[in-house]
Amino acid sequence: MAEIIFDDSGCPSGQSTPQDIARQEAGSTVAAQDLTPYVQTRANGDHSIDLMISGAHCAGCMAKIERETAALPGMKGARMNLSTMRLNVQWKGKDTTASSIVARLEELGYGAKAFDMELEPLENKKELNGLLKAMAVAGFATVNIMLFSVAVWAGADMGENTHNYMHWASAAIALPAVAYAGRPFFRSAWSALKNKTTNMDVPISLAVLLACTLSMYETIHGNPDTYFDAAVMLLFLLLIGRYLDARLRLKTGESAQRLAAMQASTASLISESGDIVSVQASMIKPGDKLLIAAGERVPVDVEIISGTSEIDTSIATGEALPVTSGPGGKLYSGMINLGAPLTARALSISSDSFLSEISQLVEAGEQKKGKFVRIADRAARAYVPVVHTLAALTFIGWLLVGGELRTASLNAIAVLIITCPCALGLAVPAVQIVASGRLFKKGVLIKSGDALERLSKVDTVVFDKTGTLTLGRMQLTNTKDISPKNLEAAAMLARSSRHPIARAVAVAAGNGPMATNIKEISAKGLSTIIDNKPIKFGSADFLGIKNAKNSQTESWLQIGKAKPVRFAFKDTPRIDAKDTVANLLTSGYGVELLTGDKRAMASETADALGIENWQAEVSPKDKLARLETLASEGRFTLMIGDGINDAPALASAYASASPAGAADVSRAAADIILQGDKLSGLTTAVSVAKQAQRRVVENLSLAVIYNMIAVPLAIFGFVNPLFAALAMSGSSIIVTLNALRLNR
Amino acid sequence: MTSLLWLMPIAIFLGLVGLISFFWSVRSGQYEDPEGNAARILFSEDKPIIDEEDE
Repeated sequence: MAEIIFDDSGCPSGQSTPQDIARQEAGSTVAAQDLTPYVQTRANGDHSIDLMISGAHCAGCMAKIERETAALPGMKGARMNLSTMRLNVQWKGKDTTASSIVARLEELGYGAKAFDMELEPLENKKELNGLLKAMAVAGFATVNIMLFSVAVWAGADMGENTHNYMHWASAAIALPAVAYAGRPFFRSAWSALKNKTTNMDVPISLAVLLACTLSMYETIHGNPDTYFDAAVMLLFLLLIGRYLDARLRLKTGESAQRLAAMQASTASLISESGDIVSVQASMIKPGDKLLIAAGERVPVDVEIISGTSEIDTSIATGEALPVTSGPGGKLYSGMINLGAPLTARALSISSDSFLSEISQLVEAGEQKKGKFVRIADRAARAYVPVVHTLAALTFIGWLLVGGELRTASLNAIAVLIITCPCALGLAVPAVQIVASGRLFKKGVLIKSGDALERLSKVDTVVFDKTGTLTLGRMQLTNTKDISPKNLEAAAMLARSSRHPIARAVAVAAGNGPMATNIKEISAKGLSTIIDNKPIKFGSADFLGIKNAKNSQTESWLQIGKAKPVRFAFKDTPRIDAKDTVANLLTSGYGVELLTGDKRAMASETADALGIENWQAEVSPKDKLARLETLASEGRFTLMIGDGINDAPALASAYASASPAGAADVSRAAADIILQGDKLSGLTTAVSVAKQAQRRVVENLSLAVIYNMIAVPLAIFGFVNPLFAALAMSGSSIIVTLNALRLNR
Repeated sequence: MTSLLWLMPIAIFLGLVGLISFFWSVRSGQYEDPEGNAARILFSEDKPIIDEEDE
């Protein structure tokens, strides 16, 4: 048999943009991760590890990854899941082999990070599989009972025995099927009743159970009509909605965890005996002593014990330029140590005022958000009492006009079944899964269904600057004023350093050789001797220059005694930041900029992007206050930010978004996450959310119209089993089709 | 009409066979990776989805 060989020539991963390359450059400043804490050892001595793969797009990538990993020495097997982007590898031998697997994957051009198995949402997965099975059972029962029912409806000349036989056969299928497939509803209804509240599942359970009981009674007494088909069909249609809803939640949850896993880190713990051990960042306890090497991300919040170094603090403060920090200084997780190694002690949240204030503010914001009620639930709250009252009134009414007990209960159950919210249960999840699927393809991750609903109301967009509108990275801006020879000379020095300005020069010059014997003076500059000429690259006062314009955003290069050359740097906006802001403004949204960075830098960015309302040097509390002012003016705000200082604002804004590279706490507080280096997903997200909300409202209106027609018929006893079945499936199909229109 | 007496159980039995196979497919992990599996059918070598040692 011929084997089909996939190659990745047509794979989009081959095309990397300059920004991708820049990101890889920036990423390489962070030191390699030790993987041994993530390796699992089996009883028979085999090891295994789960890795999150990035950069794989197609089946060709999957085949290549599996083939190449399995070819490494000692491997027992490698299996990749293309849907969740996880690779499971098993091998014999030492646990340190893990890093060689990652190295091999990186050679092939894929990113690989250890995945913490504890993060896996096992419970949700079980629930989803349970719903899938329940749906299958209900579907099986619906189809079979429907066959018998059609025979009963059509067979007017059917003998009485055949008739009864059909009903008994239906009962034999329906009762076990309802007992199995109805459990999710019964359980939820029961727990609601126990807490003395009601939810949508109460009338559903009631309708299904009563319909079965009554049909059983009719079957035993040989009467002509049974409602087994309606009961199981109701469960089947509702289970489709439940399944879609659960799948959306699992998928969004998994993607959020995938992001977290990609940033999961290890830390170097200094044990009491002075040994350095590598552990998972999640295992560090407050008080532990840690070594933070140059170039490493700070794994947890710490206080420096010894050492002084330059720190990239943009994730906490929004400032684009590094800050020097020494003993007693506090560092927050996600900051990057740019200079010398530091010894530090892990802090607990409560021991640090900044962090505890942030977490209190975030909590307060989330509580407020917790009160948000989804439109389906709001409808359900209004709906449930009406359904119960109508059914009860029908029952009493028929008794009053002298109907039999049997007729009265038949009609009351018909009301319960006909009003059952198939449209409510199916239409909203269907719309949301279509909308989130569409946004997924655009690189926008929706964290929950109510995020979409909140997003649809937004009228004011508030941006953070560093890391959100800008990339949070310095870039060389005056390349054309610098001769290639000078740029290369500066780059030979800069390639040795992790300082953001040095990185910017190295990126601008591309790959090349590095000078030898480079001396780096923290916060000043670099110097060495090339071809017997001293070369210096650094700040103005490092070179002894007096007429510097702005010491923070420029550096100077001097070769020998020649005239110093000026290098200017800027934290440039993302490529599509200007278009995104312009789009939002023309669509009538209010746009504001709130940043913790200095005034001069904020005004420059605001001018470049055409944002009129901006505030600089704002504290996390000020951001919050501004959002509250906007809210009190009746505006619905969408906050977009990435730093720790944005987290309270993200939590308390009406809706919020974060770029994928944001701090953990911000990503957790945001409703949507924008993947990749682009902001344009934001406009798509808002417009898709608006369309989705329109569909939801349409679907709910359809449901109301349907009920207005069907309920009176049910109350007055015109609903036979055939009508109930047709009405129910018809309305469900209509709302699903309406939801699918969103996909175009 | 007596034929119904045995035709209907047969029909239900066949339906049950389908249902049980579906349960088996869920349990054996065939819904874990729809994208990967769609492509995997084209590779000549294939291995079980769930490692036997785990079961």
